Amino acid sequence: MRLACMIFLIALTAMAQPTTDPEYVIPKKNPFATAADLKNGQQLFMGQCARCHGSKGEGGRGAVLAQPRLRHAPDDESLFMVIRDGIKGTEMPAGYAVNTRETWQLTAYVRSLGRMAPETVAGDPKHGQELYRIKGRCAQCHINGGQGGSLGPELTDIGARRSAAHLRAALLDPASTLPEDFLQVRVVTEDSRNITGVRLNEDTFSIQVRDLSGGIHSFLKDDLKELQRDTGKSPMPSFRGTLSASEVDDLVAYLVSLRGNQ
Amino acid sequence: MKRTLTFSAAVSLLAATLPLAAQVPYDRLRQSDAEPGNWLTYSGNYSSHRYSGLNQITAANVGHLRPAWVYQINTTERVEASPLVADGIMYLSEPGGSVTALDTLTGRPLWKYTRTLPKGVRGCCGPVNRGVAILNDTVYVGTYDAHLVALDIKSGIVRWDSEVADPKLGHSITGAPLAIRDKIVVGMAGGEYGVRGFIDAYDAKTGKRAWRFWTVPAAGEPGIETWAGDTAKTGSATTWVTGSYDPDQNIVFWGTGNPGPDWNGDARAGDNLYSDSLVALDGDTGKLKWYFQFTPHDLHDWDATEVPVLADATVRGEKHKVVLFGNRNAFYYVLDRTSGKFLTGRQFAKQSWAKGVDDSGRAVVLPGSSPTTEGAKIYPDLSGGTNWFSPSFSPRANLFFVAARDSAGIYLKGNVEYKPGAQFNGGGQSPVVGEPPIGFIRALDPDTGELKWEFRLHSDANAGVLSTAGNLVFAGTNEGDFFALDALGGRAVWHFQTGAAINANPVSYLSGGKQHIAIASGNSIFAFALDE
Repeated sequence: MRLACMIFLIALTAMAQPTTDPEYVIPKKNPFATAADLKNGQQLFMGQCARCHGSKGEGGRGAVLAQPRLRHAPDDESLFMVIRDGIKGTEMPAGYAVNTRETWQLTAYVRSLGRMAPETVAGDPKHGQELYRIKGRCAQCHINGGQGGSLGPELTDIGARRSAAHLRAALLDPASTLPEDFLQVRVVTEDSRNITGVRLNEDTFSIQVRDLSGGIHSFLKDDLKELQRDTGKSPMPSFRGTLSASEVDDLVAYLVSLRGNQ
Repeated sequence: MKRTLTFSAAVSLLAATLPLAAQVPYDRLRQSDAEPGNWLTYSGNYSSHRYSGLNQITAANVGHLRPAWVYQINTTERVEASPLVADGIMYLSEPGGSVTALDTLTGRPLWKYTRTLPKGVRGCCGPVNRGVAILNDTVYVGTYDAHLVALDIKSGIVRWDSEVADPKLGHSITGAPLAIRDKIVVGMAGGEYGVRGFIDAYDAKTGKRAWRFWTVPAAGEPGIETWAGDTAKTGSATTWVTGSYDPDQNIVFWGTGNPGPDWNGDARAGDNLYSDSLVALDGDTGKLKWYFQFTPHDLHDWDATEVPVLADATVRGEKHKVVLFGNRNAFYYVLDRTSGKFLTGRQFAKQSWAKGVDDSGRAVVLPGSSPTTEGAKIYPDLSGGTNWFSPSFSPRANLFFVAARDSAGIYLKGNVEYKPGAQFNGGGQSPVVGEPPIGFIRALDPDTGELKWEFRLHSDANAGVLSTAGNLVFAGTNEGDFFALDALGGRAVWHFQTGAAINANPVSYLSGGKQHIAIASGNSIFAFALDE
């Protein structure tokens, strides 16, 4: 088996889907939605999707699927297309290792996740919004609805992409929820400048960094006196001790309510 | 007016400098080392050294290496092609099996053959194509729909088109053919579809099949005892990377792929010959002369579809004509190429599946190194210690260069039932979170496999290596860096950011009297030359 097929279950790379027939007319209704199809869909999901979306569709690196309405896939036809073709501009790859029937079986299973009881979120989102703005100073680092700083990830639709449990963990123990490729770095330049920031990109010979005030720098590694990788560290402070338990609930409730244009 | 005159002058210059279309008889292929200005076979010579005898570019001047031109292929597929160059013309295969001839002075297309793929073609990994072969006045390409096509070298017009196998059952061709004497040897892919693997040779003039070697035996044939029940019928052992040729012995050397299903070997008890092997075949008849199996009863998808490198070596004081083989299972092997006897070997990448290799070259497998239903962490991952991308052997530096990977995978075992044309895997492999694969360019002593130096990459290795008589090693990265290392010490001496992942092998040739280095990156071919 060739190299690319090694990513059979990983499915990280958006590639051509050799099993795709471009002239296949996608039916509006899922033709493979029996109990047996659902079971096979679950097996496929565990192998190919759970790593990003969570074993119960609770979200993680990938979107929360255990919800009644999926932003990119409001119906079976569009969900089939998302699984088959991926979503351009996101990390969601094309499902090149599954054939048409299996794609429908995955569609059936993902749809069943949305029929599960929605996650219960305690807390007052309105108060959470106030905490977001004032006590938490979240906008200093996060863009929400076009407003805010850009050091941290955008939160405009975070409620559609992450579970409440994930968001709570991010508030209390930010390092535990870092994206896989996130890295905080500290560099010392030839002229002894110290810069701490978030890695934007890196290759064998160079690294690009956004410092904590938003400035962007590019360095050739050979030109640096020191390059330190703070693996597992986050520039985001923990709110444990800063916010009370009920305030954390309120802030989580607000974040869960952020659904973008959905 | 001035513009018209300039254009006319340029046309005249091109007409004057472009030679007539190449004629590449077998003798030129056999003696390709004598004309380093061309790149006439997939790996540069029949011994698959991927070494250029050109020495214009050295560590002292490589800082002046600049892009001479870039040719963009109209595709969104991955480009893994290693082009050929003959007499000023580059022959480039494109995804699916299209071919373009390019003027090496300007990068401008001279002709194009477009392969239109039919419906229902199945393949595990995308319609990549790694290259063409040239013999006499014909260019040969394998296609994703499993045909071998002969094209007129002057025009790209089809001379013949032979079906190699049925693409609807999962057969495809992604590797470059190899022209030997009067035949075109070609391998095939489809190891994830339970096909029966083979290597074919076709008459170069007519396209009629001259011989076929089945890499999985049929009932009554030697080796069938290594497959339980009738599992040989879906045994895979495909042949998707170009092999090598010893013209003196008239032997074709070719690597074979994983047994099917990949990760569940319960039904196929036995060594599963000739999967994960190197086979030595008579060039006239395709008869098996010898074989060496690197990974008996493979459960990890560690195809032996790497490039076999032919060289002379001194092992424990004795000189041998050898095959050097950096294998996906993370071990490096030196085999006597007349007998197939194992001479020496050692690991060249991180591995946890074997204690080592015994005196016969067979791996001493460690317990706990098989896939499980819960998932077992094993080194290397299924991409292996290396893969299809080419190694390089520099006779000048006497070093074997390999793009190596240190990587672990979680191997999962699952159930599977064979259905024609459907994937036949029996499990899978997921990455180890927090432990991404790391790539290296490693220089090994070819006689022993001892590590001489290594250059660490930022991430995984997915591109091949070229060494040159200028004592440089060229390679590429996932992040798009194309770079040169000092061949003797591994120090980086030049790099250029191409803007897309590099999944291909470099080549070198002369154009306009200047040494060029070419590499595919993203959907483009970059040609570099010194700007001085």
